[in-house]
Amino acid sequence: MAFLSTLFSQIINGLQSGSIYALVALGYSMVYGIIMLLNFAHGDIIMVGAYVVWLSMTSFGLHPLFSILLAVAVSTLLGVVIEKVAYAPLRSSPRLSLLITAIGISFLLENGFQLIFGAGAKVVPTLISGPTFQIGGASISTPALVTLGVTVVIMIGLTLLVQKTRLGRAMRAVSEDMGAAQLMGVNINTTISFTFALGSALAAVASALYLSSYAQASPTMGSMLGLKAFVAAVLGGIGSLPGAMLGGLVIGLAEALVSAAGLSVWKDGVVFAILIVVLLVRPSGLLGKPMKEKV
Amino acid sequence: MNRTRENTIPMPVRYLINTVLISLLVFGSTAFVNGGGVSGYITKVLMVIGINIILAVSLNVATGYLGQLPLGHAGFMAVGAYTGGIFLKAVNADQATGISYALMVIAALLLSGLLAAVFGVIIGIPALRLRGDYLAIITLGFGEIIRVVLTNIDEVLGFKLTYGASGLKRIPKITSYFNVLVCVVLTCLVIHMVMKSRHGRAILAIRENEIAAESCGVRTTYYKVMAFTLSAFFAGVAGCLYAGYLGSLQPTTFGFMKSIEILVMVVLGGMGSMFGSVLSAITLTALPEALRAFEDYRMVAYSLVLVLVMIFKPTGLMGQYDFSMSRILERFVGFTRRFGKKEG
Amino acid sequence: MAKSKEKLVPVEGGVIPERDAGTPPVLEARHLGIDFGGLTAVDDFNFIIGKTEIGGLIGPNGAGKTTIFNLLTNVYQPTRGKILIGGVDTRGKKTYEVNRMGIARTFQNIRLFKALPVLDNVLIGMQGQMHYRLAEAVLRLPSYWKQEKAAKEKAMELLSIFGMESLADAPAGSLPYGAQRRLEIVRALATNPKVLLLDEPAAGMNPSETAELMENIRKIRDTFQIAVVLIEHDMNLVMGICEGIAVLNYGQIIAKGTPEEIRNNPKVIEAYLGRKGGAAGC
Repeated sequence: MAFLSTLFSQIINGLQSGSIYALVALGYSMVYGIIMLLNFAHGDIIMVGAYVVWLSMTSFGLHPLFSILLAVAVSTLLGVVIEKVAYAPLRSSPRLSLLITAIGISFLLENGFQLIFGAGAKVVPTLISGPTFQIGGASISTPALVTLGVTVVIMIGLTLLVQKTRLGRAMRAVSEDMGAAQLMGVNINTTISFTFALGSALAAVASALYLSSYAQASPTMGSMLGLKAFVAAVLGGIGSLPGAMLGGLVIGLAEALVSAAGLSVWKDGVVFAILIVVLLVRPSGLLGKPMKEKV
Repeated sequence: MNRTRENTIPMPVRYLINTVLISLLVFGSTAFVNGGGVSGYITKVLMVIGINIILAVSLNVATGYLGQLPLGHAGFMAVGAYTGGIFLKAVNADQATGISYALMVIAALLLSGLLAAVFGVIIGIPALRLRGDYLAIITLGFGEIIRVVLTNIDEVLGFKLTYGASGLKRIPKITSYFNVLVCVVLTCLVIHMVMKSRHGRAILAIRENEIAAESCGVRTTYYKVMAFTLSAFFAGVAGCLYAGYLGSLQPTTFGFMKSIEILVMVVLGGMGSMFGSVLSAITLTALPEALRAFEDYRMVAYSLVLVLVMIFKPTGLMGQYDFSMSRILERFVGFTRRFGKKEG
Repeated sequence: MAKSKEKLVPVEGGVIPERDAGTPPVLEARHLGIDFGGLTAVDDFNFIIGKTEIGGLIGPNGAGKTTIFNLLTNVYQPTRGKILIGGVDTRGKKTYEVNRMGIARTFQNIRLFKALPVLDNVLIGMQGQMHYRLAEAVLRLPSYWKQEKAAKEKAMELLSIFGMESLADAPAGSLPYGAQRRLEIVRALATNPKVLLLDEPAAGMNPSETAELMENIRKIRDTFQIAVVLIEHDMNLVMGICEGIAVLNYGQIIAKGTPEEIRNNPKVIEAYLGRKGGAAGC
């Protein structure tokens, strides 16, 4: 019985961190789908979001909700600016150059924040408070519940956005064939900017959800989190939104189960091993479409 | 570039000139360094530069010549470093002298390279069959797994090999200025010889157009694995030198960031230019040392330079230009001939 | 222009020029077909090429001509049917193995090794004919020097077919368009093929360049005694040098025969001009 309740708690933990991975993975996946870029700077948007929350709560004494909204706004803006300044000029360059630029931006953000705020972690005040619920011996905290709830709502919203709206259609068209979409009157620049904005906003939300449980911001917090979310995106099938969702949850659950088995030091190893195995068996990921080069 | 046939120096003469020049460089500079021409600190910096040159030049084989993007070069370096470190400790290299010492050092270097190469084949065969970014992702995963394994393997299997997170310590310090320089020269030489052969041309053809290469009878998978393995081998050698330089190893040294650091050297120098890799490895190692006073701004400047170079010169500083002693000599010969004619 | 051509004679599987009737056909496709998803791109494609034949593959855009080249070189694996090179089935072979069995090709959208010198482009084509090992290359043993020298001489000789020797050191990507197309042919020839597949060799060339190309294709066939199959939209070129022509529409052969037969085939005229077409320009 004790085992079952530990397992149940770990599954809840896994779903919680999995939801955060999924939200971040969506950003990787959308950007890859549209400009074929592994946007290494995406993880650092989470970090920026976390610092905005920390700064606005501790220095300006803002209400947690406003702090989160401010973080979303700043992150969105940052995502768009990065695309315009660093990625747009390289749209016709070799993809390797674009990727290196993304890595450069990631370094710049991490080291820039370290220079300004120092290398140490900043403690963020409580964002979401509430009771811990007991269900059959297992406990679920309010932040965990909120994380799950917010993620579900966002997923539904995002699916509707991509399927039903003009911009969503434009996004799908550009990711299918940029040239053809342009000929059909889709504004490529707007669509790409919108994709970055959306991905960055989701990263900021993920950041707030992360802080609600872990309450710390540090310059390098985004790199491992981003890397794992990226793995989730690849695992689910990069370019596929349900895939990013599924990948995130798989990674989160795998980590939780490895920890539950008492092997938490092997957590990272297991995540990457799953990635390699899936890629070898199914290179396009769990839900991705296979791609074929035209000869 | 426009080379006229009459100025071509015959092959044996070229080789003779190059051999003499390289020997002069190796023995001359070693004598200078060992004779106290530079401080101990500078000697250390020179050794690190050498190790970084080997890392950059070897990664350039996979990135610049083959056109793939491995993100786990530090993983191969780690394999080499730990292999070399464990071997050197096991044979008590610090107590050996003379020939047996030299043999131990050579054995350690070769063993490190070979084991890294074995990993290169194991990772390369499945990863290189896939196109596009998958190699990047798989090598990234490999690098991370190596790190996790090195940290935890002793606890699981009860070995006393890597000493986990506390690190492998008291490795015999076999690395000297001379060792490093010889390794640098050999690495560059072997890679150069490979690239100027049918094998090298096949590797370049794959980078240029994989489908066309295959249609021309190039065994693409075979040559991709070959290039990748060659790259891993020298990363392993560099790892061994690193172990013998530092005398202790930590798994955290060989993370994703280390891989990226090496990649930056290659890209900044110009993908596909060995000369560029060498130059930028020197610059990017020496510059931070020179700028120690500005420690805090160092990494910011570094990343800013990276982004700016990519935006304004996506092909890297040297492009695909490669340095050739013979070409310079040919120009010189051509110049003196013309000059001589005018005189006469 | 109308050089007299040999009569086509029937052999098992189709017709080939009379002079080749004594030797087995060099390339044969039987009931070849491929589906992409649910879509049938090529179906029941039957085709036979004599040892020194110049064959043509024509048809409207999207008829599946390039797909057939991709099938013949095993870039795509066929869903149905088989391909025989000199009587040997190519099923399951890799593209590079098919090349070594004797099929070389050019590409519709030129695929040169752009950053590499012209000479190296040709030398890469000779990959299958050089045998020194990696260690021999690193140590620069005599086998390296001998084979490299021989290969370079042969490459220069091949370049001289199109008078391109002086361009040997220039990067392939820097050549003008027409020269790039010619270099692709030289590179394909360097692989020592039995059949040369040319995908729109005259695309983007002016009439006088096309006429010169036509002569060169004949010269290549005569000198190397190989077969050539070309996909082309330039009807003057196709009618001028092809001996047997297959017309493709919607992935299926709608007509086969000599240029004269094709010119007068109502189905072909319809496929090109639509149902109403009267005067066929080709």
